[in-house]
Amino acid sequence: MTDVGNIEAGIGHAAQAPSRSRVQVVPLRGLPIVAVVVAFVIASIAGNWLWALTFCHVVGGGLWTAIDLFVGLIVGPILGRLSVAARAEFTARFMPKMVLLMPTLVLMTLAAGFQLALRLGNLSPASPNHGWLVASYCVVGVMAVVALGVLEPANIAVLFEMRKPVPDGAVIAKLMRRFVLTAGITGVMQVATLIIMTRVATQ
Amino acid sequence: MSAGTAAGPAPATSRRFPPVAGLTTASLALVVVGGILMASYAPRRPPLGVPAVLALTGAVLLLAGGYLTSRLRLFAWERFFLVFRWALLAYVISAGMIGFAFVRDHVRGAPLALVLVMLVIYALDVPLVIAFTVARYAQPSGAQPDAGP
Repeated sequence: MTDVGNIEAGIGHAAQAPSRSRVQVVPLRGLPIVAVVVAFVIASIAGNWLWALTFCHVVGGGLWTAIDLFVGLIVGPILGRLSVAARAEFTARFMPKMVLLMPTLVLMTLAAGFQLALRLGNLSPASPNHGWLVASYCVVGVMAVVALGVLEPANIAVLFEMRKPVPDGAVIAKLMRRFVLTAGITGVMQVATLIIMTRVATQ
Repeated sequence: MSAGTAAGPAPATSRRFPPVAGLTTASLALVVVGGILMASYAPRRPPLGVPAVLALTGAVLLLAGGYLTSRLRLFAWERFFLVFRWALLAYVISAGMIGFAFVRDHVRGAPLALVLVMLVIYALDVPLVIAFTVARYAQPSGAQPDAGP
């Protein structure tokens, strides 16, 4: 997950941002939506419904990949050229939404995808898609470790830092550097995902 | 182990901490690799030797991370537990959903037990690394006041 890639430069002065409205780490209003999505995915798996599994996998995966690439390649560089205050304000409003959105999309995509592959017989060693699916596990594995072990902790730590009366710009800059350092890995993995999934769909 | 001096904590970016985040992320990586190995055999029964070794090593790294964290004295424990419990709730739900999918797909016996062990490690790894990362940059209790949750 790129989340807020490329917005590190200069954000270290976030403490000077004019807007000091309270940053909400987890947008509580979004939780019911997440609950509905998770319930829908569970019901899809329990019922083994082809349409619902396809819907969850395609919609979740499409949004996950598109948001990652869009934020990393388009939004990130634009943010890098904004004023420090604008960057800080955007980050304070943007990152809490990503805290809910991305894990939900990932869960939706992967849980439905595995069940879908099982139902369609793509997991069978005899399937021409088997190797591609194993490759996709590896791609997802790399992204999962980067997202869960590196980016998400930094994302949440930045939000907690921005809640302080006087945020420490050095802390924010240090944490945001992780997004820049991992943006390349995430971008390559997402492109690989696109290649693999289009291969799987056309074999 | 301390992350500051008796006079007070050093600036957040210069405080030194044990490699809890690194150990926990390595643990997560091992269970992910183990999960990939097992999933690559689905729907057949996977060989369990290598995934079991990976899960065991992951558990050891997780325990090491937990132990090193528990040894910290000048640490924002309130913030740590606040973040840890909410993250734990989120990742228990996430792990539960993955476990449900395996049960639903008739994975039984030793492979299911190993998957559940891996999911427990996963559900503890992520909250630990998140809570540790947040708390290490927060002011420890008794030091300069911090914003509340």
